[in-house]
Amino acid sequence: MSGGVDSAVAAARAVDAGHEVVGVHLALSRMPGTLRTGARGCCTIEDSMDARRVSTALDIPYYVWDFSERFQADVIDDFLSEYAEGRTPNPCLRCNEKIKFEALLDRAMDLGFDKVVTGHYARVENGADGIELHRASDEAKDQSYVLGVLNEQQLEHCWFPLADTPSKELVRQEAEQRGFALARKPDSHDICFIPDGDTRGYLNDKLGEAPGDIVDQSGESIGSHEGAHGYTVGQRRGLHIGTPAPDGKPRFVLEIRPKVREVVVGPKESLQVTLVAGTRMSWAGRKPAQIDEGMDVQVQIRAHAEPVDAFAQLVDGELVIRPEHPLVGVATGQSAVVYAGTRVLGQVTMDRTERLEPEAVAV
Amino acid sequence: MQSFAGYFDHAATSPLRASAREAMLSLGPLANPASTHRAGQRASALLEDARERIAHCTGAHPTEVVFTSGGTESINLALKGQWMQTPATRFVAAAIEHHATLDALEWLEKRGAAVGFVPCDASSVTDADAFRAAISAGDNTAATVSLANNETGVLQPIEAISNAAREAGATLHVDAVAALGHVPVDFAAIGASFLSIAAHKVGGPVGVGALLVARSASVTPLAHGGGQQRGLRSGTGDVAAAVGFAAALEEAVAELDAASSQLRGWSDRLRGTLAGLDGVRVTGSAEISMPNVVHFTVEGASAEALTFLLDERDLATSNGSACTAGVVQESHVVTAMGANGAPLRLSMGWTTTDDDVERLIAVLPETIARARRSR
Repeated sequence: MSGGVDSAVAAARAVDAGHEVVGVHLALSRMPGTLRTGARGCCTIEDSMDARRVSTALDIPYYVWDFSERFQADVIDDFLSEYAEGRTPNPCLRCNEKIKFEALLDRAMDLGFDKVVTGHYARVENGADGIELHRASDEAKDQSYVLGVLNEQQLEHCWFPLADTPSKELVRQEAEQRGFALARKPDSHDICFIPDGDTRGYLNDKLGEAPGDIVDQSGESIGSHEGAHGYTVGQRRGLHIGTPAPDGKPRFVLEIRPKVREVVVGPKESLQVTLVAGTRMSWAGRKPAQIDEGMDVQVQIRAHAEPVDAFAQLVDGELVIRPEHPLVGVATGQSAVVYAGTRVLGQVTMDRTERLEPEAVAV
Repeated sequence: MQSFAGYFDHAATSPLRASAREAMLSLGPLANPASTHRAGQRASALLEDARERIAHCTGAHPTEVVFTSGGTESINLALKGQWMQTPATRFVAAAIEHHATLDALEWLEKRGAAVGFVPCDASSVTDADAFRAAISAGDNTAATVSLANNETGVLQPIEAISNAAREAGATLHVDAVAALGHVPVDFAAIGASFLSIAAHKVGGPVGVGALLVARSASVTPLAHGGGQQRGLRSGTGDVAAAVGFAAALEEAVAELDAASSQLRGWSDRLRGTLAGLDGVRVTGSAEISMPNVVHFTVEGASAEALTFLLDERDLATSNGSACTAGVVQESHVVTAMGANGAPLRLSMGWTTTDDDVERLIAVLPETIARARRSR
């Protein structure tokens, strides 16, 4: 129970369904002594108290469990090392994988519980092929992307009671009807451990500033930067390149090479990716039977990206995904989540991409 | 009344005794005890009567009893009040003091006060020789130590420290919040300048305590106003709270001998059970501990799992202090003892029964084993 509306209503529905429910708030920071400002921040005194008040209203026991060490090691340190390698990690996905549905789930199982219930918007159901993860009814709120990392064992022990709620507004209304004071609390955004939202400042602070060159695709230096980890593939703003491109068109970040402190920029066309691949994958249920010979899927490369038709195949331990139309703004380190309709088949952390050959780019 | 079966957290708050509740409920309407009319005089009489009874129970003179909102305020008044009186004050404290002391001293240190901490041994007994040396190392010394540690229940070398303070001309503040009602507290015999106590640790109401201030000692008040209580703690006297405090304390002191032997018997049973478990270390022998507390550390288990599993069986125990957000904090006492493992405190009091203790003993070994298997 984060202290937000969704987990509060999820807990209430679990209680209504007749289960024995215990509220758990995860302490993910060793310095929880902050107050919430707007929609930012986590692990605050207020959030913990809000979750406690909901537990009181539901007449269920409530505990705060400290997973701050695991969170530091599995989420924050991973976040920093991925950025240091020039990749763009998704810490929310990592937190679901390692904290909520591993550390918490493991402890809950050990202590005699059957399931971890959260306020995520996604649907778990038993299909012909065993346990399946699907998109939520409310596509706008659908969070199946950040849950795509859960495996069969994890899915067996989770329950998302908000799965079939047509909209977040109905969840807020339900919270109001139940008398929860947090019913109109703003949604949380941003990365919870960077409460001021300044990711670049956070990375500079943690990884140190490492000035280097901004280069074009031929390797020629056309500018400088204060730290390569401050950039994301696809980024256009904030490059501060003095000289315009020969064709006068805007330039975008194409690649980050932290080892040599280079940020590669080029035209938008060069961002078009025709293949993404990686070896760090998981299956949200059974491994799809046809994946070895290849199958038609949809691929989603960011939390709020549109799914794109694609062909996916497992080749020598690498999941290779070829989208029907080129993808733009693919950042390695992010997960490509593979769907079959509403069903999540699995995900892979993208390590490798292939781009359109320059001569193939229409001018 | 809500059942308090299985409640092993008396050291946090001992539930309100019936005697205290009845005493407070019987008071009827009350005027301001500072008012000069007869209604005010009646309130004043009740307040001063309570002050006398509390003084009587603690070896103090009634003039020396200053009512406060509780232990935390008493400690803050004693420590900050001395520094405001004499900015050159040099503080010497046991490293395992309650956070009311540690955080007040940290606050003072940030404002330029000299603060030194004295270590303890593996049983959480503060090093008396080191304390003596620290007291003698300078002038204007204000020493502070607990009568018994609030986490482990282990008694501190109060006589040696008091002697050292007297010889060095230092003031001594004794935090007797945890000890009150469980071991005799005699302000005059201890020979301290200040002594802090709180009502809810002996089954009195929460929100009232006292700082005993020797007539020879002086502090600058933290709260200024109507000049009540020798000007040391302004604010309208809380008659009902004082009366509840007095009733609870009198009952606790009256039954101290009988309760002690009963508590000692239960502690020994718990200690015996724990002694037979691998990787479990009881803090301090029975001889150096208060009779109502058994503190131990468990290797290879999380404190959260231990307290959760016990709470699930309606056994309320403590694994240390939690911050406002509810996160269990690492115990500085356990760290100072050099101990490993998850700490657990079992503290008993007036609600405890044979059945509570037997039920706890029956599940402790299995619960510890289960907590160890929990990730």
